[in-house]
Amino acid sequence: MHIIDSGNVAAATGVKLSRAQVIAAYPITPQTPLTEKLSEFVESEELDAQYIPVESEHSAMAVCIAASTAGTRTFTATSANGLLYMNEQLHWAVGARLPIVMCVANRGIGAPWTVWNDQQDTIAQRDVGWIQIYANDHQQIIDSVIKAFRLAQTVSIPVMVCYDGYLLSHTYMPFDRPDQEKVDGFLPPFKAKNFLDPENPGNFNPVTLPDVRPGQDGTIKPGYIEIRHRLQMDLRASLEVYQEIDADYKKDFGRGGHPFVEEYKCDDADFVAVCIGSLSYHLRDVIDAMREDGIPIGVMGVQMYRPFPDEAIVQALGGKKHVIVFEKALSYGNQGALYADIKSALYNAADRPTIQNFILGLGGREIKTEQLLAVLREACANPGTAEDTPRWVGLKL
Amino acid sequence: MKKDILEIRWHGRGGQGAITAAKIVANAAFASGYKGAVMTPTFGTERRGAAIFTSLKIAKEKIYDLSPITTPDMIIVLDHTLLDEVNVADGLKDDGLVILNGAKSPEEYDFQGRKVAVCNVTQHAVQAGLPPGIVNSGIIGAFSKATGLVEIDVLLEAIQKEFSGKRPELNAKAAQLAYDNTAVGGSK
Repeated sequence: MHIIDSGNVAAATGVKLSRAQVIAAYPITPQTPLTEKLSEFVESEELDAQYIPVESEHSAMAVCIAASTAGTRTFTATSANGLLYMNEQLHWAVGARLPIVMCVANRGIGAPWTVWNDQQDTIAQRDVGWIQIYANDHQQIIDSVIKAFRLAQTVSIPVMVCYDGYLLSHTYMPFDRPDQEKVDGFLPPFKAKNFLDPENPGNFNPVTLPDVRPGQDGTIKPGYIEIRHRLQMDLRASLEVYQEIDADYKKDFGRGGHPFVEEYKCDDADFVAVCIGSLSYHLRDVIDAMREDGIPIGVMGVQMYRPFPDEAIVQALGGKKHVIVFEKALSYGNQGALYADIKSALYNAADRPTIQNFILGLGGREIKTEQLLAVLREACANPGTAEDTPRWVGLKL
Repeated sequence: MKKDILEIRWHGRGGQGAITAAKIVANAAFASGYKGAVMTPTFGTERRGAAIFTSLKIAKEKIYDLSPITTPDMIIVLDHTLLDEVNVADGLKDDGLVILNGAKSPEEYDFQGRKVAVCNVTQHAVQAGLPPGIVNSGIIGAFSKATGLVEIDVLLEAIQKEFSGKRPELNAKAAQLAYDNTAVGGSK
């Protein structure tokens, strides 16, 4: 059934349909309405869950770690500095291989304070080992939340579902709310392999020695480096797992089929604009305008950023003439993180395009359609003259 | 940027319910076959009583561009005292429409000759039995009369749904009264 509501409500509805059992969260703009909605669902008993209010984001993630270790389906949400305050616990959650799902309403990071959108908060967390999925509209938010719970429990790795603060979190648009019965069929109840069980006591994540050691059962137990290697292998393998989950979702609900990148008019394009999040939809109107002028250009939204879908990226961009990467984040002192990752993926491609990087929209600076049009027109008129230093769009000083 | 998107900017004061009104129209438009209905509130710093605006885009197809409206096809003003504070007509197209909660006749307002629809929504809401100051249901009636974009019956149903538990009948009545008493004419 279609409803019109905000992106935060789309996320909360996805969490409800996924039957989360424990929710611990601390409010922060622009995520707040999401957690408010969840507390309403719990209060009205529409969602049979424990809602645990906490005094900080660090505690929110600590509660999620405990609840997930006890074998429950666990959810939290945050933004910006709240996410950064969780950082130490984010590492712990993934090291402990807990299938926690978290929504992040993307917001710029202080100082100076900003409540408005960019993507520095989650991009800065790219190396912690969480899976990162980005949604472009409300439909993708609710669908991604449901898929994220299944992915997390299948691969025992926590998943972030990220969406642009305000632009999506506070904007109202229509989206389909999947039927509970069908979601139940798609997402089976969570059964943890190892969990806190008084009947079966055990140690969880004790000090691990640099070297392997013989276990009590006579087998050789991994040292720290083997455990981390396993995480890396499982993260890479989760690309294929997510592709299967996405295909299943499409079978059940009719939506999806582009788990890693979503392309628009890229097939016959010489030029491709690339970005993450709602901007990739905004760019569709720009692409249409340029196509009317006969410029063969398309746009590609990156939907999964970690693990990095390098094969899908090479497949989409190999053989193109020129690639233009727009980013609402920066690896300060270097370049846009997405730009650097795409460049790295294309390094060994047989027929690699030239590539350019633009930084824009930081701290909610409005991105005007005319600006995008001007930038892309210039880039397409001068391909091959690519420079490696990111350019900034819309600076006024 | 797309020519087939109708852009409506709502002006009100924080707490007056402009966002709720825009949401009701979005729902009714969607129910009437508009697949694109996107409502974007002012981001960040709403305060009670302060001038706020919200953007509503309506189209037959899905809307991809979420950027704020700069050249609206129509503006809806919930509070005529805003006219002294804010240039509500900023960017309004030359053939654009103004829908205004006010007590004067269309000809008495200066919108450079553009079409104006005026209704004393504040008064009609009280007449309908609502407490003084509730204008966000009534203004929807004026919108329906002035634009014909969405049928009044569909809007009344959307109002009753949105205000369920909050005097749904009286809010619908306020909209009906406003619909019946909206004057449309040319401005100065």
